[in-house]
Amino acid sequence: MGRYVFKLPDVGEGTAEAEIVAWHVAVGDRIEEDQHLVDVMTDKATVEMTSPVTGVIVSLHGEPGAMAPVGAPLVELEVEGAGNANGKTAVATKPGAAVPTKPAPPPKSVAPAPVETPATEALRQQKSPPAFFTRTPGDKPLASPAVRRRAEELGIALQFVSGSGPAGRIDHGDLNAYIAGGGHTSIARSTYARRDGVEEIKIIGLRRKIAEKMQQAKRRIPHFAYVEEIDMTELESLRAYLNATKHAEQPKLTLLPFLMRALVRLLPEYPQINTRFDDEAGIAHRFAAVHIGIATQTANGLIVPVVRNAETLDIWNAASEVARVAQLTRDGKASREELSGSTITITSLGALGGLVTTPVINHPEVAIVGPNAIVERPVARNGQIVIRKMMNLSSSFDHRVVDGYDAAEFIQKLKRLFEHPATLFMD
Amino acid sequence: MSEILHTKVLVVGGGPGGYVAAIRAGQLGLETILVESDTLGGTCLIRGCIPSKAFIHVAGEFEAMTQASQGAGRHGVSLKSAPALEMGELVRWKEGVVRKLNTGVAALLKRAKVRVFDGWASFSDAKSCTVQGNGEPVTVSAEHVILANGSLPVELPFLPFGGEVISSTQALSLDALPKKLVVVGAGYIGLELGIALRKLGSQVTIVEALDRILPLYDAPLVEPVAKWLKRAGVIVHLGAKAKGADMGALVVETHDGGTEHLPADKILVTVGRKPNTEGWGLENMAVDMAGRFVKIDDQCRTSMKNVWAIGDLVGEPMLAHKAMAQGELVAEIIAGHKRRFDPVAIGAVCFTEPEIVSAGLLPTDEQAKAQETISAMFPFSANGRALSMDAADGGGFVRVLARKGDHRILGIQAVGAHVSELSGEFALALEMGAVLEDIAGTIHVHPTLSEAFHETALRTLGHALHI
Repeated sequence: MGRYVFKLPDVGEGTAEAEIVAWHVAVGDRIEEDQHLVDVMTDKATVEMTSPVTGVIVSLHGEPGAMAPVGAPLVELEVEGAGNANGKTAVATKPGAAVPTKPAPPPKSVAPAPVETPATEALRQQKSPPAFFTRTPGDKPLASPAVRRRAEELGIALQFVSGSGPAGRIDHGDLNAYIAGGGHTSIARSTYARRDGVEEIKIIGLRRKIAEKMQQAKRRIPHFAYVEEIDMTELESLRAYLNATKHAEQPKLTLLPFLMRALVRLLPEYPQINTRFDDEAGIAHRFAAVHIGIATQTANGLIVPVVRNAETLDIWNAASEVARVAQLTRDGKASREELSGSTITITSLGALGGLVTTPVINHPEVAIVGPNAIVERPVARNGQIVIRKMMNLSSSFDHRVVDGYDAAEFIQKLKRLFEHPATLFMD
Repeated sequence: MSEILHTKVLVVGGGPGGYVAAIRAGQLGLETILVESDTLGGTCLIRGCIPSKAFIHVAGEFEAMTQASQGAGRHGVSLKSAPALEMGELVRWKEGVVRKLNTGVAALLKRAKVRVFDGWASFSDAKSCTVQGNGEPVTVSAEHVILANGSLPVELPFLPFGGEVISSTQALSLDALPKKLVVVGAGYIGLELGIALRKLGSQVTIVEALDRILPLYDAPLVEPVAKWLKRAGVIVHLGAKAKGADMGALVVETHDGGTEHLPADKILVTVGRKPNTEGWGLENMAVDMAGRFVKIDDQCRTSMKNVWAIGDLVGEPMLAHKAMAQGELVAEIIAGHKRRFDPVAIGAVCFTEPEIVSAGLLPTDEQAKAQETISAMFPFSANGRALSMDAADGGGFVRVLARKGDHRILGIQAVGAHVSELSGEFALALEMGAVLEDIAGTIHVHPTLSEAFHETALRTLGHALHI
């Protein structure tokens, strides 16, 4: 009697480990060769592992859900003969038995059909290939040049074909069995060159800060998104008029100052939205002032400068201030003051286009709004199809402190302000 | 502007890679033009493998006769006087061999309906080139371009070729045997030629910067060659740096820092070969490079669509048989076949004394050291055929390296007389994925050198019969 250790074989190219999904045997079970032992799952597929030997289970390694690296012992069995686990196994003196991990090649009742024979019934009746592979990671599949060439022509990756020969060698019969067993062939190569190489980029500096911040926001904040479409025709008409008649020294107006104006008008009614939520202390700081973060793309990545006390700014002041802090930020000259303390953030990808965004809240704030592109669209008005300048307004809120109803009402009121722009300026 | 010729396939270079690519493309019915500015056959046929083997063969015969003329003659054969060497006649005979192969290649190309242009191709962009021959320049524009431009001997800046400093090319066309030859570089080219000239009667000194000859191979494999050099009176300076030529001598800095003047009629510089990437417009083709070589993928595609590169131009090993395999493969891919260049082994042979052959991994390779392996060697001193050829006492052997777990053969090497002819069986064993038991179970003909391979497999398995 000997010990046989069944190790997790290489279940596919590039797989370093697999998750144990379910055991189909228990310690003490007497099992036959080819009996189903365990299911393991890789990132590609769930694979049934069968026993290469007959024996009694002595121990199982790993609970379902555990990860097992390739080569890790999965099952130990008590087997007839020498097994593979005691030091006395003399490989050199008994070559025939030296490779116990492979089942004997199936007796072939037909002459192994060589090239180009369609998969016949006879081949289907051959023993199905074992559901595991005996190669160690990094090994090239072992096959003769003719077999490799035929596989290439068929678009079959040989690492997925099990070999019945010594050292796992794949012959034409194995390839036939693989095809008969429904082994998938990949699409033939196109004439486009392959691209190789992976560049490693250290995520450091500002990029690391951004990464941490985004991770924190998404981990801590249960976001919900809300999108509404707004008829911008009148606001756009007003904006065009103001830009056409402004004094030379006045800044050009974008949508942003109007959106800031709208926020400033509405937030006193919704103090739970103009809030910084210290979730560790369990305190929501509701702000009277409105400090608006402006998500800004810089050469190094995303930075959010702040327009402080937006409630004190008229539409022209707001435009100048946004331009000022954004420029400072792009130049890398913004002060700490100009980069922190916002109570709500605007992220505008409008100029780029895009239907909807699901912006990530600038933690510890609780709301972020993102105007999307303004486009002329046919819309129905009073039974008529008319062309209007339409814009989607996307937004995300922290559901811990902002209720969906309130957020929706807030956005609906914002929509009304935009659709009747005079009301933006009426107290 | 001259006429523009359009073709499906343009092959640049008529060496083993290029002419095989062109023949195969022609066989497959692709309209093909091959451009070669020199003689068809390339380095291999004209000034490399073939002429050097012709030289080596004659040198062997000459040495045997020399030995027979000295003393009684070991095999009961003796000559009354020493053999005489007519260098001009030897070179003429070698040229004849070369010409035979050269016309053979031309005939094969013709039969495959390949148009051969005698001229120098210069590329203006990736798909068109101007061929400048004796007459009017011709512009060729091709759908597919196969670059097979080959390689050139590396020149040392302080030992420029010319005068007494020669490359392997000139060494094969000497008009007289140099009395004193110094070889710089103990790679396979330098050793093959140095040994041949030694057998023909030159006094040979070898200078190598590393601490061993044939540094690509492991020490036991090279040992019989080192022993032969010593016995033949070839002086080998290891760890020595050539500094320059001075008044019929090579100045070297020896391993201990001293300076020595090695008298030399000829200084043969064989310090390697470099890909031929200059002077034909490669820079206009926008293909990516991998170091000094043209970068290709496993189908010999360059980064430029439908521009292919093969042979010495694309990297090590710089061997004719690799180039031929790649040439055949590329032609077939262009014809729509699905192919990939994925050899298990590209064997290599040194025609030194004795010969060395290696296929697959050496025991010293990282890949071999990373796994559990078993290995054994079988000496030719126990092989009947070697004894009967008087080739048993050179220290030669066959060696096999196999994986311990499943006996898959990873590498096979041999050193000894005539072992180059074993290279085919070695490569076949590796390509077929042989395990030791496959070799042990193959009946090898008696009496042949190949029995030593059989015995090596048996010995690796622990049950050799004849040792």
